[in-house]
Amino acid sequence: MLYIKCPHCGLRPQTEFSYGGDATVKRPELNKEVSDQDWDNFVYLRKSPRGKHLELWQHISGCRQWIKVERDTLTHEIFTTLKANENI
Amino acid sequence: MQKYSVFSLIKNAFKGHKDWEVAWKDPTPKSEYDVIIIGGGGHGLATAYYLAKEHNITKVAIIEKGWIGGGNVGRNTTIIRSNYMHDENGLFSEFGMDLWRNMSQDLNFNVMFSPRGIINLAHSDAQMNVYSRRGNSMRLNGIDAVLLNREEVRKIIPMADFSENVRFPIFGGLMQPSAGTARHDAVAWGYARQADSMGVDIIQNCEVIGFDISNGKILGIRTSKGNIKAKKIGLCVAGSTNILAEKLNMELPIETHLLQACVSEPIKPILDNVVTFGAGHFYCSQSDKGEMVMGGDLDGYNSYAQRGNLPTLQHVLTEGIAMFPFLSKLKMLRTWGGIMDMSMDGSPIIDKTHIEGLYLNCGWCYGGFKATPASGWTFAHTIAQDRPHELNEGYSLNRFSTGHLIDEKGLGTKTWIS
Repeated sequence: MLYIKCPHCGLRPQTEFSYGGDATVKRPELNKEVSDQDWDNFVYLRKSPRGKHLELWQHISGCRQWIKVERDTLTHEIFTTLKANENI
Repeated sequence: MQKYSVFSLIKNAFKGHKDWEVAWKDPTPKSEYDVIIIGGGGHGLATAYYLAKEHNITKVAIIEKGWIGGGNVGRNTTIIRSNYMHDENGLFSEFGMDLWRNMSQDLNFNVMFSPRGIINLAHSDAQMNVYSRRGNSMRLNGIDAVLLNREEVRKIIPMADFSENVRFPIFGGLMQPSAGTARHDAVAWGYARQADSMGVDIIQNCEVIGFDISNGKILGIRTSKGNIKAKKIGLCVAGSTNILAEKLNMELPIETHLLQACVSEPIKPILDNVVTFGAGHFYCSQSDKGEMVMGGDLDGYNSYAQRGNLPTLQHVLTEGIAMFPFLSKLKMLRTWGGIMDMSMDGSPIIDKTHIEGLYLNCGWCYGGFKATPASGWTFAHTIAQDRPHELNEGYSLNRFSTGHLIDEKGLGTKTWIS
């Protein structure tokens, strides 16, 4: 069981959360010329590192806020958690 | 190579089993090969075997970081099937079924292929409609499919929960009678032994540290046992694909996730098919030793851990007990995890890359074991001929940017929910 410290609610078990994937992926900006490659990068291409991974989780059975979690994908150690609009 | 037969068994029994030849050698790497396959799992070993057998390319090395068959080919639930709706997946997998049927003879190694049939249970009228559509698509591609009603399912698996007041009643199911299971380790060992006998060097405990690339061409690899040159290099590293892609400065439409499986204590024969629960994600078969072999959902977040987390296992087994209530009485013998190369449309990639001489075989999600022979066969063709075979043309790397996805489940890019 992972224990994730929700920045709004405190330490909670993983079963209260829903995973949202890589948090470093950026949607191409609106109202700008976007190449096919940019869309490809955004929609499909991922680094999926072994080690530190910044990812999105939603506290779906709690405050329902999206949060960012920096976690090790090999050891599952959680280093930091942030509100969704915060950056490391 | 010494042929395995009942006669060689008797002969060696009289000698106290002291004179068996080694099944494969332990060579030191040469300085150059025609083809290097990175990854000594089922797919890598099969690729090397078919390169030698079908294309006469025997100056081949398999580079394996650990020991052969120590990754997903030793960690799966051994299910073999071709019950796909899309043409690309159906035709590819059915080609593989033919290779499975002849594998024990072809490899002179008993892989214990057991075509016991797979039943996907349906729990609503809508799901029966979906299954009849999939079954019809399969039959159009020459794959056997039978739609079963509730009573027909009950005759085959009477121990399933057929009571009236359950949350997910069994309406029927889709069966592929020719699907089945095989002895997973034997597949790796059988391919390794034959590849070795045809001249392939199987180099274990050798980690790939980097690649030598010049002017967009691959020249060789750097390993923990020194540099090795080759004009053609194939990647067959499943869950480690992203790690090697990083060394190649490539980003791929793949994420690495963890899948668990487990077996119960051995019990007397009760289940002679593979059965999947249709209202969730759970599958089950019984091994020859009597263990119930079970698996289901991914752990649900990027992972390279090769060991699982309890909430997912509990969730999966809850579904199992909903389907087969007797499972609740069994003790768990073993659980384990493997890391899956989850592609963004759920289908694999067997293709060339933008680097000349570098070939990619990945994205098997959790369906890699059944694909072992077809994957090896088509990847060998792709490497030898420098172009995909028509069977793996659809499994291209650029299908994501061109929009030609093969999204069997229609789940989109959230790889962790598949």
